[in-house]
Amino acid sequence: MYDIATTEKTVEQQVTKISARDVQVYYGESHAIKDVNVDIEDKTVTAFIGPSGCGKSTFLRCLNRMNDTIDICKVKGEILLDGENIYDPKVDPVQLRAKVGMVFQKPNPFPKSIYDNIAYGPRIHGLARNKAELDEIVEKSLRRGAIWNEVKDRLDAPGTGLSGGQQQRLCIARAIATEPEVLLMDEPCSALDPIATAQVEELIDELRQNYSVVIVTHSMQQAARVSQKTAFFHLGNLVEFGETGQIFTNPEDPRTESYITGRIG
Amino acid sequence: MTEQHIAKVFDRDLEGIQARIMKMGGLVEAAILGAAQSLASRDVELAEKVRAGDAAIDDLEVLINEETARLLALRSPTAGDLRLVLTVMKISGNLERIGDYAKNIAKRTGVLTQLPPVNGSTASLKRMAREVELMLKDALDAYIQRDAELAKDVIERDREVDQMYNALFREFLTFMMEDPRSITACMHLHFIAKNTERMGDHVTGIAEQVIYLVTGERPDETRVKADDTSVSVLEG
Repeated sequence: MYDIATTEKTVEQQVTKISARDVQVYYGESHAIKDVNVDIEDKTVTAFIGPSGCGKSTFLRCLNRMNDTIDICKVKGEILLDGENIYDPKVDPVQLRAKVGMVFQKPNPFPKSIYDNIAYGPRIHGLARNKAELDEIVEKSLRRGAIWNEVKDRLDAPGTGLSGGQQQRLCIARAIATEPEVLLMDEPCSALDPIATAQVEELIDELRQNYSVVIVTHSMQQAARVSQKTAFFHLGNLVEFGETGQIFTNPEDPRTESYITGRIG
Repeated sequence: MTEQHIAKVFDRDLEGIQARIMKMGGLVEAAILGAAQSLASRDVELAEKVRAGDAAIDDLEVLINEETARLLALRSPTAGDLRLVLTVMKISGNLERIGDYAKNIAKRTGVLTQLPPVNGSTASLKRMAREVELMLKDALDAYIQRDAELAKDVIERDREVDQMYNALFREFLTFMMEDPRSITACMHLHFIAKNTERMGDHVTGIAEQVIYLVTGERPDETRVKADDTSVSVLEG
């Protein structure tokens, strides 16, 4: 009885953060994403898995309109963030991207100091009124990025001088400095060693308390470790979306089974 | 799942542990029949062979445990592959227990041959063991063929084994009341009946693993226990 009660409680707390409806993406003639419908929950880590070219990164980039930067890319359908269509002409993509942050595959710190890497976003979005407030944001972000202790004595040193794992955590700290609501991560650990990967995974789990995190990963073990929900993409289709434990022990679709057990690439 | 893995060595590992289960199953089937046969024909030599043979079954279980641990560590199986590895571990445990019961029957046969025979009972015990052995054979066939229906059938058939045990329980009780000199033999025979009934439960456990392997879901526990000897007072 106790278990049932707690399950119901967690179900109640789940709030849909992003809702995609009939999303189609075209690169020129090629139909990259076909009819994707998915609800991404708040305070949850959602993993997108699938073979290369299946559309998972393309779909991820739709969620903060990064595909706008590609001329031949056309997005149809609706993507609702808290019920509002992000492809509405009234929406400013720059403001949107402050709300929906992104971390990329390769750590890409700005060629500036560690401090300025973090302060850049809050400055252009006017989130701090004075130096003291900015200092506070920088410290808070670096702490949340689980890298404060390693860099607090050298905030003026260039961000590019850090190790790969530290650079990636710096980029995560930079992404959360603008207080986003959603954090998109496109293979955030593929350039990192196992220790740095474990640190970033631990960080993702902590970030879940405040954000909705969507992660694209080629490592199925990573998807299994960090996410609560998993979506499997194949040839532009969302084949299966469900609770991560269920996807990895008893998937419904034979294509999901074939992929996660290493039978199709 | 007939498709092959991209990593062929993974397929070979999975086939390897299943082949060991089948080998273990073969040895256990032979042990059940050997134990029942030795009891029926008061064959001490055969009983001794069954006792000695249990070591090979135990060794196989150890080997299967090592191989599944290695497979889990190196291949991180998921979905159907994961269920296969989990069921292999459980089934090898069930088979090992059945082997122990067969060994115990063979031990008691050694004692029983030194006592006067009790009328007709060894024939019933042999029938019961034969039924359990057939159930095990079908459970293992269901495993290899991924046949959940056959596994369900095996689970159903355990009722019959339970009923045979009930009947024997009453029979031995009557014998002991009628002739207290038969108590020693009847006590041993009762343990043999109980051991065989427990074998049936382990075969049921194997069949349940087959259903989990095929469907990903545990069979629901609606099975009615036909063994009522533990909850009723019997008077001769």
